Amino acid sequence: MGHYVLRRVLQMIPVFFGATLLIFLMVYSLPGDPIAAMFGDKAADPAQVASLRHKYYLDQPLWKQYLHYMNNIFHLDFGTSFTGRPVSEIMADAFPVTIRLALVAFFFEIFIGLPLGLIAGLYRGSIADTLVLVLTLIVISIPVFVLGYIAQTIFAINLGWVTATVQDSKDITQLILPGLVLASLSLAYVARLTRTSIGENLRADYMRTAVAKGLPRHTIIGRHLLRNSLIPVVTFLGTDLGALMGGAIVTEGIFNIAGVGNVLYKAINQKEGPTVVGIVTVLVLVYLVASLVVDLLYAVLDPRIRYA
Amino acid sequence: MPAGTRVRWAVVSATSVALVATGCGSSGDGGSGGGSSDTSKTFTYQSSEPQNPLQPANANETGGGRIVQNLFKGLADYDPSSGKLRMQVAESIDTSDAQTYNVTLKSGWTFHDGTPVTAKSFVDAWNWAANVGNNQINSSWFGDIEGYKDVHPESGSPTTDKMSGLTVQDDTHFTIKLYNKVSYFPYKLGYVAFSPLPEGFFKDPAGYGQKPVGNGPYQFVSWDHNSQVVTKTFANYQGVDKPKNGGVVFKMYTTAEAAYADLQSNNLDVMDQVPPSALANYKNDLGDRAIDAPQGAIQNVGFTLYQPEWQGANTAKVRQGLSMAIDRDTITKTVLQGSRKSATAWVAEGVEGYKSGTCGDFCTYNPDKAKQLIQEGGGVPGNAVKITYNADGGHKEWVDAVCNSIRQATGVNCSGDPKTDFKTARAAITGHQINGMFRTGWVQDYPLNANFLADVYRTGAASNDTGYSSPEFDKLSTEADQAASIQDTATGYQKAEEQLATDMPAIPLWYYRTNSGYSTNVQNVTFDSFGNPAWTQVEVKG
Repeated sequence: MGHYVLRRVLQMIPVFFGATLLIFLMVYSLPGDPIAAMFGDKAADPAQVASLRHKYYLDQPLWKQYLHYMNNIFHLDFGTSFTGRPVSEIMADAFPVTIRLALVAFFFEIFIGLPLGLIAGLYRGSIADTLVLVLTLIVISIPVFVLGYIAQTIFAINLGWVTATVQDSKDITQLILPGLVLASLSLAYVARLTRTSIGENLRADYMRTAVAKGLPRHTIIGRHLLRNSLIPVVTFLGTDLGALMGGAIVTEGIFNIAGVGNVLYKAINQKEGPTVVGIVTVLVLVYLVASLVVDLLYAVLDPRIRYA
Repeated sequence: MPAGTRVRWAVVSATSVALVATGCGSSGDGGSGGGSSDTSKTFTYQSSEPQNPLQPANANETGGGRIVQNLFKGLADYDPSSGKLRMQVAESIDTSDAQTYNVTLKSGWTFHDGTPVTAKSFVDAWNWAANVGNNQINSSWFGDIEGYKDVHPESGSPTTDKMSGLTVQDDTHFTIKLYNKVSYFPYKLGYVAFSPLPEGFFKDPAGYGQKPVGNGPYQFVSWDHNSQVVTKTFANYQGVDKPKNGGVVFKMYTTAEAAYADLQSNNLDVMDQVPPSALANYKNDLGDRAIDAPQGAIQNVGFTLYQPEWQGANTAKVRQGLSMAIDRDTITKTVLQGSRKSATAWVAEGVEGYKSGTCGDFCTYNPDKAKQLIQEGGGVPGNAVKITYNADGGHKEWVDAVCNSIRQATGVNCSGDPKTDFKTARAAITGHQINGMFRTGWVQDYPLNANFLADVYRTGAASNDTGYSSPEFDKLSTEADQAASIQDTATGYQKAEEQLATDMPAIPLWYYRTNSGYSTNVQNVTFDSFGNPAWTQVEVKG
């Protein structure tokens, strides 16, 4: 187990280098000149452009820029944005916000999605099952920004229950609505995955054995059925946590949350290399760690799986 | 379920942290009702995260620009209601030859840190900002001042850090000597780049860029990145526009939709521009709190006059014909939902020296005449033309409508040529990589017609994207620059503008408008031609 984890962590090192290099190349191959764009519609003064280019190390060949960047990273310097703010500070601001939002969404996925799937799976063909299927179908088929605007209009503008946008991202109650919107799609998938998985395992031999042994119903469902059915769901949830972190651009835009998605979107628009590379690299690491945790959870859920 | 419990724990701990944080962080902002105003209360304004440090000569985008404008005050500014130049720190700016200006300052002005605003504060600030090594985006604004080329050489390092054209006489007097005669130079001085800077700034420009100290109506309190910039009224402000409120809180929004939703539910007091999706309904939604005001900005389509197909005297007729083929009134009413007003000249409405109808018949929809002119001019090369534009600016709809109008009126095969984003489009336009028409526009730097004409159409002007070069226009505009008074300059430029109707280097389409609104918490909200509210005049209800 320890060896396995160590090997996986070591594997992250080349992935880290590859990811930074790729993202670096991609940012610099984006069309347009970030320095000229700073001047907006007005013509850029060539002498000033040259001086700014020098300041941001953009007058060097690409490989030198990359070496310079990596060298700084090893000194824990992620570079500075065009506003003169260190990128590490930008990330320290944005990530907690997004982590809070992602956790709220994650909470809904687990504590609404799973029970819905469980009920639908246990009582297949019942009204509850049909209801879950129809509801999840609706959620899956409506794009998230439509859901977001509808929720905003109804709950904030018409009913006035919540503020239209997030005024203070440290206040978890304000994150409930955006979190629910962000979670909606994955929540539906979790419910459907759980339902299918439960349905299959209900017919498994060990279930029949458990029932025949006369085990109490909650033990059968809790220890045998649910635990075995969770493997595909956990896989999904693990990768989804990564997606929630980086992919919340739309939800963050609607509810004006200054999270990673927003910051990243702006940085890409401005072609702000250090910010983009820094944030995306951290996101890659989040994905890697999440998938490692998922793999380890397999062993917890299914005793047959052993890591040597 | 280990996974479940672990997550639950994480959420609970996050909540408790949040409770502590909000417990001490709640602000006493908001509160509605009542007709009287409370001068100690702040109001919120929709803003975007500044893209550069908050230094006066480094703020050329609206996010940072608006904040800097409120923190700093230069020699003069523009009256929000009339757009006319208004003295602020300057007692007077006098000249006898339009080349040497004598500035006299009022006494009593101080920076927010208590140090006095003197002639030296201005001269040092300008020398610093003009210096190429200090990387100020608006450094070229100082290009008129003698000695600029020494601190801002085209290549290499500056030979000195002082412009020879700036001389301090005493604490309240200094002179500005220009390279050439520029009669409207005082108008430029109203731009925020010409603000004074306190002594302390020069020791730590980066630090002051994060925590600016100015001399304007509002003083800096805090900058919570990506969230808000808080300012409060400066008690010792000496300007003619004493604030009627307690300060402005600039709230950062990434989308206008989110800001509009907040405005409707009174979480935001004044906004910038309603989102396109709300244009049709915002007057219904907001009633008498809706704003529809003219802006000093114009939308054009320019021609690539540097391409051989568009040279030659006769091609002007083709361009005039294309202009007449555009049904401006219908497009502004339908596609643009009344958010623009058809242009009749190359200078925007409300600007000093604006004269309507300079474009005359050429800006009036007339399909028959359009066809005839295009034929007389030898037709459009290949009977097809493209309009290059940036796809990220909401231009697609009207570009398509303009093309439809041209196609239907004249049979010329017009089509849009979208470029991914603004910077890509700009690179194609300034790099002369296109042939045909392109979207262009001009937002005033200062409300004087010279700004719309000299900076865009004079031979070799920095923003002359069309490559237009007319000896006649150049002669008239140079004459206008040397006029004795600003009024004469404005009249001179009106003559120069007439030349544009003859040559049609760019087709004027429409003028921008401010479509905005405010919450029930505030009153007396008016907008100037820059699209900014008259900040200090906003009243917050008590």
